[in-house]
Amino acid sequence: MSEADLPVEARTVRLEVARTSVDGADTGRRDVFDVPYDDRTSVLDALQWVKDHADPTLTFRWSCKMAVCGSCGVMVNGRPVLGCETFVRGYRTSGLVVEPLAHAEVLRDLVVDTDAFLGKLATVQPWLVPDGATRLPLVDAPAPVAGSGAGDDAADPATADDSDALRAHGPASGHRQTPGELAAFKGFAECIDCMLCYAACPQLDVAPDFLGPAVVATARRWDEDSRDAGELDRADVLDTEFGAWPCIQVGACTQVCPKGVDPARALRDAQRVATETWDARSRRG
Amino acid sequence: MTAPGRGTFACCARVRARGPFPYASPHPLPGHARAHRTGPPRGATPGAEPVSALRVERADVVVVGGGAAGLSAALAVAEAAARDKGRAPVVALVSKVYPLRSHTVAAEGGAAGVVGDDDSLEQHVADTVAGGAGLCEEDAVRFVVERAAGELYRLERWGLPWSRTDDGDVAVRRFGGMSRARTWFAADKTGFHLLHTLFQTSLRYSGPDGPVRRYDEHHVLDLVVDDPGGPDARVRGVVVHDQHRGEPLLLEAPAVVLATGGSARAWGTSTNAGICTGDGTAMALRAGVPLRDMEFLQFHPTGLPGSGILLTEAARGEGGVLLDAEGRRYLADYGLGPETPVGAPVPRTMELGPRDRLSQAFWHADRDGRTIPTPDGGVVLLDLRHLGAARLAERLPLVTGLAKQFAGVDPATEPVPVRPTAHYTMGGVRTDARGATSVAGLFAAGECASTGLHGANRLGSNSLVETLVVGRAAGEAALAWSREAGHLGADGGAAGAGAGVGPASADGQVVDRAAEIADGYLAMRGRGTEPPAAIRAELGRVLDADAGIYRDADGLRRALATVEDLRARYAAVRVVDTSAVLNTDWATTVELGATLLVAHATVAAALAREESRGAHQRLDFPDVDDVPRHSEVRLDAGGTIEVAHVPVGAEHDMSAGKRPITTPMSFSAERGAGS
Repeated sequence: MSEADLPVEARTVRLEVARTSVDGADTGRRDVFDVPYDDRTSVLDALQWVKDHADPTLTFRWSCKMAVCGSCGVMVNGRPVLGCETFVRGYRTSGLVVEPLAHAEVLRDLVVDTDAFLGKLATVQPWLVPDGATRLPLVDAPAPVAGSGAGDDAADPATADDSDALRAHGPASGHRQTPGELAAFKGFAECIDCMLCYAACPQLDVAPDFLGPAVVATARRWDEDSRDAGELDRADVLDTEFGAWPCIQVGACTQVCPKGVDPARALRDAQRVATETWDARSRRG
Repeated sequence: MTAPGRGTFACCARVRARGPFPYASPHPLPGHARAHRTGPPRGATPGAEPVSALRVERADVVVVGGGAAGLSAALAVAEAAARDKGRAPVVALVSKVYPLRSHTVAAEGGAAGVVGDDDSLEQHVADTVAGGAGLCEEDAVRFVVERAAGELYRLERWGLPWSRTDDGDVAVRRFGGMSRARTWFAADKTGFHLLHTLFQTSLRYSGPDGPVRRYDEHHVLDLVVDDPGGPDARVRGVVVHDQHRGEPLLLEAPAVVLATGGSARAWGTSTNAGICTGDGTAMALRAGVPLRDMEFLQFHPTGLPGSGILLTEAARGEGGVLLDAEGRRYLADYGLGPETPVGAPVPRTMELGPRDRLSQAFWHADRDGRTIPTPDGGVVLLDLRHLGAARLAERLPLVTGLAKQFAGVDPATEPVPVRPTAHYTMGGVRTDARGATSVAGLFAAGECASTGLHGANRLGSNSLVETLVVGRAAGEAALAWSREAGHLGADGGAAGAGAGVGPASADGQVVDRAAEIADGYLAMRGRGTEPPAAIRAELGRVLDADAGIYRDADGLRRALATVEDLRARYAAVRVVDTSAVLNTDWATTVELGATLLVAHATVAAALAREESRGAHQRLDFPDVDDVPRHSEVRLDAGGTIEVAHVPVGAEHDMSAGKRPITTPMSFSAERGAGS
């Protein structure tokens, strides 16, 4: 936004942006802009400069500008990146070609469909599946004594200080989980659902219905959580033609992940678990 | 008359209706639109009636906003659906983005809930009230504090990856203004994990027949309210624009929960995401609900210069220290001492003092020439080097990454330049402790609400837990209201045979009003001369300059005059993009209208508060009034912003039907601007 204040002799960079018609049809159109920049100008800043100063119809998503909301994924010179943390200065000689993320339906300009991804995410039950014996109630009735109520089967006994009646609102305890148990899944829990790994994965060219790297990483995040008992249920989903099996371990997902998640490992693990649990799952009926 | 169309819930059936927008021709603005609305600019071609078909869908509860407060409210309704007998309620969860992009995602430090044996609820209440500098409503503080640990344990049971002690218990860390370590955390990405845990849990309930119906990338334009500002004010639903199908939609419901977050994006340098534009706050004000204590805007002491990116207070809770240009711990010289040993932080002292005090100390240090000059203004240094790379990686991975990526500094080897940045809106839509507003059926929760928890200065880690506690309470209260209002009665209600769709029981008047509202906003397209980017930039500049950490009458009058001028320019704001689908030029310009209105209310309230308290510091009125009073901003019938002051505790129990008790001292913006 502050680019407007740059001195007239400020440097500019060539920004080429893929455009669609207003209703999202691919016309092959590319618009080119000369965008002023300094050392801190991100790709997102450059796009915003275009929107504010050259073409208000340029359409792209963004929000947090600190690489955690996952909104602003785009292809820059063929590589999927988050626009907010990719700086224009690295492209001053080559210029930038900004395109929508690959392997997703383009809705308009740089905005791609997110619903298909979220649909895949929902199929792997990305929530804590408690084991049958200790199914937690959906809602705890207000209980006069901390630690009482049907909801505490899975939990440790309430700590001391039952006299502190105010803690009786809601659950009064949780699971125990050691730092080691936390570390077992924490890496997979860092996924921000930005879909860069889908853009990078070559298998989505041939198998568009592949659950894909981020969804399998999230499935494994829950599988590996010591509090969860849903691994067999998820394995039923992962052990299908378009579950974990399309992965051939190219590893592009892990390379482009902006958060250091290792979806390639998650896929490898998922394929192993699918094999190892096959017997248990078939006996389960 | 407008004929309501039939349709399906967008989340269940993806319909791609593209092509000429049904509202393409300019329509007149609503004839009976209140003069004060900061919605669409006036002056469209007069003449034709709105003729467009308006899709109508119904729900028992509409939740506006998909962050932590909105998801908590929706989950509360979803759980009631699973638990209660009878027809299951339907909650419509409307987000202008996707819920997992909401700004909760950026919260770093943690959420406060008493668990330790050496801690007590009374102590948490006392700390919060002390931080709030006289403006906390104690019933709201107790309500949240009592339920805090319960909600955090609920999230634990839903799988949130809380950081742990070696024994496997939930770990707690120190936080500014808190006398005990009671802040639960998930490394320094607490908000991210909290949001994703809530969102992924909500997927359990958002299947085809689930009680949660998501309306992602649906932009809420306004509330539909009967008798706005009057004694019988009652919410009827929300007017929404479906950004994918490119068409407006009336979501009819007897209860609406606003969970739209803060509005600190209005400032030029801000930690807030682009979406934090005060939409719900503006809607409530237009609907006749007062905004309370808007002048209390928290400046976070440690943002990255320029970008305003937040470096969490947990960096200081873990032992980080602040240094001036000469490497001295300047806070000791500005009333925050005595100096504590490096790496051994002491609660409520030095770097762990309340945020308002730290930001004020920066201001003084800057004025005293003790900061390092940069193009983004003076900076001080956040020194984390003594923590070492391993501790930084374990406890502060996000801070470490942000400093490297956005400031080019590795905190393990170099101190990080920081300066204060606009961060949190402590005021907001006036509610009781459970989120009820003065309009029947309208609730607010999270940062957009003013429950009275934060008072004049929020303690870090109180707001995340507030989103959970008040979000849930508002969801439950909204459902109770919806049931009481008979919406779940004989006609089968929202999820009955009609599946929430169709004109059969839609109130024709409500549909007409909704269509008029939609027409008014849609008519903004392809008109105007004032570039919105210029208005936005000027607003940010004037708020940074004149509504910052310290204020005075001259600056605030300047700011008020500028905001009034910007609102006048906004009446002719230019929207180039005329398309229906994903028209972000239009949507962000609609947001700008809300931001301008909220900024106007904020500056007027700041000018009217002639004292220094908490986050509101007046150079020309350095003393604290004996009697703590809330400010309340209303719009009068002519669209004028009015500020009144109300003693603390006078009206917090709105559910009992009390009317506001205002002092005779009223303060209008015009008077402030002219005097």
